Amino acid sequence: MILAVASGKGGTGKTSVAASLALSWPGPVAAVDLDVEEPNLHLLLHPQPGGGQGAYLEVPSADEALCIACGACAELCQYKAISLLGETLLVFPEMCHGCGGCLAVCPSGALRPGQRELGQVLWGRAGDIAVYQGRLRVGEAMSPPLMRSVMTQVRADGAEIKGDVIIDAPPGVSCPAVTAVSQAEAILLVTEPTPFGLYDFSLAWQAFAPLGRPLAAVINRAGVGDRKVYAFCADHGIPILAEIPYDRAVAEAYSRGVPACRASSELAGLFQRLAQDCRALVGGREAAHA
Amino acid sequence: MPEVLVISGKGGTGKTSLTAAFAHLATSKVVCDLDVDAPDLHLLLRPRPRRTEEFYSGNLAVIAPERCTACGECAQRCRYGAVTEKGGVYAIDPVACEGCGVCVHFCPAQAIDFPSRHCGQWHISDTRLGTLVHAQLFPGQENSGRLVALLRQQARELARVQGAELILSDGPPGIGCPVISSLSGTDLAVAVTEPTLSGFHDLERVVELCRHFRVPAAVIINRFDLNQEHSQAIGRWCTDNGLTLLARLPHDPAFVQAMVQQETITEYEQSPLTDEIGRAWSGITALAGLPKAA
Repeated sequence: MILAVASGKGGTGKTSVAASLALSWPGPVAAVDLDVEEPNLHLLLHPQPGGGQGAYLEVPSADEALCIACGACAELCQYKAISLLGETLLVFPEMCHGCGGCLAVCPSGALRPGQRELGQVLWGRAGDIAVYQGRLRVGEAMSPPLMRSVMTQVRADGAEIKGDVIIDAPPGVSCPAVTAVSQAEAILLVTEPTPFGLYDFSLAWQAFAPLGRPLAAVINRAGVGDRKVYAFCADHGIPILAEIPYDRAVAEAYSRGVPACRASSELAGLFQRLAQDCRALVGGREAAHA
Repeated sequence: MPEVLVISGKGGTGKTSLTAAFAHLATSKVVCDLDVDAPDLHLLLRPRPRRTEEFYSGNLAVIAPERCTACGECAQRCRYGAVTEKGGVYAIDPVACEGCGVCVHFCPAQAIDFPSRHCGQWHISDTRLGTLVHAQLFPGQENSGRLVALLRQQARELARVQGAELILSDGPPGIGCPVISSLSGTDLAVAVTEPTLSGFHDLERVVELCRHFRVPAAVIINRFDLNQEHSQAIGRWCTDNGLTLLARLPHDPAFVQAMVQQETITEYEQSPLTDEIGRAWSGITALAGLPKAA
């Protein structure tokens, strides 16, 4: 199974939960950091580096000598990445989304495939856990194509055939988060019982529930704030698989790169149970369909 | 008129709580929530919308089944895997569609429509702390960068009309599209971090982004007492990189208590914490070249 650990709000403990689940998983597992803007999973899993490669987006590269100034490319481009100023062809590769349309419509061969570096796909191992990371180049605006490159590598390695896959998704509920979550068969939302946590959790539910995948919640820092997020889960039939009590010692451990499951024996047990329950999210659905 | 943006790289470091406190401390400003994806500032400022507008951006490819000849050209052309086929019936997954229009252009039967995409709403609102410009991207939508640019344009126009001294913005987490759109041309970025391995890692990347766009940055360490050693390391790193360390704020449950009361922390209590936030604000006004508070 592929499980995405997501949240609307940042800093609710997604990465700590994803790392702790990977360390508590009852079987072979890969942990994939798709928060490519600010990847942090490696800071909790401490993998031995295995390798890496650049990820690139195909963008147009112009040969002005061949341009006949027909304007077909500029007319097709929806991202203002190509324009024709008089007879002069202007290409802005940083605006390009890599759709390939301009290359396909150019009648004169003036546009050829070029590349823009999106960032790096890195992999390694933390004990038995295969760890993958996407790392967006600073200054690059678009994260979804890099996320797709990471998943291409994960699939090329057969990670989801060899075992299960846990994805650490980026925060938010717009295109990067949806790109990460739509790769998964089940979704675990991590929230905290505060007004910000609740509001962003409700956005995440609106964004991800239409995907039709099994969805459950973990409440982190239980005991702070108020009880409204519990009421929201009850009203919308979202199972709460675990509550991680607020504990300053857990936050201090995290600050040193120690994931929650290693912070106390109670939490070690909690994450073992949570890992079983997460596996059952998909198993339960398959059983229901059978 | 200076524009000050509060960012963090890592989410959950306290950006929004601090932006709200600064909105309380600033005298003459327009406040802007540029985290259009998961905005939270309104939960503290309790806005009363004065003007609400729909946000349309980009387009969405939609196959008209009655005109489709099931030739499969669109599926071959689409680089986003957005075209699905089930039993010879083609359709476009709106989540995966990038709105590039390639399938629309190449469809030999002209069977693909290309309506504009209704992505969200934006508002100009009154609050007890002044005017707030904010938005909500519909969950799952894209083009947040364009919505950010639109909000900044509105905030500038309002600030000009009101004669405000400052535009104060709460930024999105990360370093991608909406952050770049928030950052470009801003006068000062205030990066809020925490003394954790990930907080520091993400701070380095977001400060590198500020350099890339030539925006001066200053730093606030929130929850500094969670790990004194990392706090000192971040402090030294700031010195080595010529960044002003504006404040070191203690971990304090009052942030959450104030949030539950829908108040800014500086409205909620007066404490050593809020004194330190006041000093951070003085530092920001000095760096942004604002007149000193009375």
